[in-house]
Amino acid sequence: MTELALAVPAAPAALAPRRRFRLMRRLVGHRSFQIGLVLLVLLTFAAILAPLTGIDPSSMKVRLRFRPPSQAFPFGTDGFGRDVLTRVLYGARVSLWIGFVVALLSGVIGALIGVLAAQFRSLDALLMRIMDGLMSFPAILLALGITAALGPRMESVIIALTVAYLPAGARLVRASALVVRELDYVLAARIAGASPLRIMLRHILPNSVSPLLVHMTFVFAYSILAEAALSFLGVGVQPPTASWGNIIAEGRDYATEAWWVMLFPGLAISLAALGLNLLGDGLRDVLDPRLKGPG
Amino acid sequence: MLRLITIKLLQAAPVILVVSILAFLLMSLLPGDPAVVIAGDQASPEAIAAVRHSLGLDRPFLERLGIWLLRLAQGEFGSSLMLNQSVLSAMGERLPVTLSLAGLSLAITLPVGILIGSIAAYYRQTWVDSLVMTVALVGVSIPGFWIAILAVILFSVVLGWFPSSGYVPFAQDPVLWLRSLVLPASMLSLFQIGFLARMTRSAMLDVLSQDFIRTARSKGLSEWVTVGKHGFRNALVLVITAMGILVSTALGGSVVIEQVFALPGVGRLVVQGIMARDYPLVQGVMLIYGFAFVAINLAVDVLYTLADPRVRYD
Repeated sequence: MTELALAVPAAPAALAPRRRFRLMRRLVGHRSFQIGLVLLVLLTFAAILAPLTGIDPSSMKVRLRFRPPSQAFPFGTDGFGRDVLTRVLYGARVSLWIGFVVALLSGVIGALIGVLAAQFRSLDALLMRIMDGLMSFPAILLALGITAALGPRMESVIIALTVAYLPAGARLVRASALVVRELDYVLAARIAGASPLRIMLRHILPNSVSPLLVHMTFVFAYSILAEAALSFLGVGVQPPTASWGNIIAEGRDYATEAWWVMLFPGLAISLAALGLNLLGDGLRDVLDPRLKGPG
Repeated sequence: MLRLITIKLLQAAPVILVVSILAFLLMSLLPGDPAVVIAGDQASPEAIAAVRHSLGLDRPFLERLGIWLLRLAQGEFGSSLMLNQSVLSAMGERLPVTLSLAGLSLAITLPVGILIGSIAAYYRQTWVDSLVMTVALVGVSIPGFWIAILAVILFSVVLGWFPSSGYVPFAQDPVLWLRSLVLPASMLSLFQIGFLARMTRSAMLDVLSQDFIRTARSKGLSEWVTVGKHGFRNALVLVITAMGILVSTALGGSVVIEQVFALPGVGRLVVQGIMARDYPLVQGVMLIYGFAFVAINLAVDVLYTLADPRVRYD
């Protein structure tokens, strides 16, 4: 039995090396992908290197309240005299982390649900109706409800957004898995006696991955925007921990006098989302050549 | 037609059931004893017991679920604790605000998004395309509430063109109504326009590269008829599919935008409900939005078949 299974062409597990190389070259040469990657790498470095400013993000100096941007405080200071630049850098850690984890979790769980639904037809109706049900709530409202119930913490935000964004991923993977499972090499694997689980994980899943990868990049962007919205509504990451969303929420009360407090974290969110959307556009153009972008 | 609607209704039934159960489960997510959470930390044991009993929390899980579904079937969506009012009537009072906001936003989004998306597709790979798509990309990347606050500073505080907050009912004064909603609705539209333009562009690109467009051109039809009629009609199918998402993000986004502009709509009601730990209210609103969506998706499916005769359900 084992020998037979080995006789099945190994190709489906991953892209053949040559094709993978070509894809990489096209990705690297793609303008949107380049800009997106640079933006994202810069922001990630900024987040990692945050402690280098040598300032405690929550140290309050009332004497230094509401200092406009200057050489000493490039982004100014907030209502507690905290350095806004430092807070934005530390906020990057929280916001990017939330976005990354949500994209990863909702992608992985969504993929499993999608493949399960495609592979085991008896589960299909049940799983997909649950996904339809979840998708019937506006994503931000669903996330709001879940975070409100679980309590305003980073973990709650991650769980809430994962639940909100998981159904779209599951649908996507199910749709492509339904196509893949009818292909000849899957039939060959089945004839060779591969178990349904093995077919699912080794053959169907890897070949349904590329639309999911594009989707996950966009979910990363949406999650950063949604985290900010949740924090703004008061159910996200709680102060004094800085997240891009709650810096804006705090700065909102004195937005007319101290505009810099809310301006910079908003710019950071926009840049991060922009970078991820560009990255997603690039990935989509290269992985799905039918949809060519503006180049 | 009637057959189609019947089939779609039958398919929607299990989703409605799932939505009801999910909204019910939300309450069970509350850590610890929901009665204590709702009654507050300082409540006496009697008060907690009263809350527990009035919410039916002293019954077993499945029995509670059964009662919940039975009540829903009778059209009872529960009542708000903080307002002492049924969820339906509380929502009814605020729905006009939210519907005005979301409706106006969609009225801006649909023509603008479709138009600029089509222009980008028609002039693909030129500077027009790059410019339009950059604007669209920025639209989907900027946090709506943040740009809304900045817009308030510019247009309300500095220039004084629009009120910075508040709502005037349409029946009271249509002009002031529009004035109170223009800024919030346009801010809500930014993401949507970007989203729709990107979607329209790729749908149009797909269509414009097809054989029948080349045929239309080669038989001498004007560009306007070729692209505007043959092309657009076909791209419309994809745009209709996007309608469900657009309405969903408009209502979701209105939660945040209503907060920025202090508009007394459903979104603000939900946020107040969350702050006051009024979970039955939050649950009720989510449920009604969930039901509304099942209905909207149903309508989208039907429209879809009307726009594209190739789509047939058997």
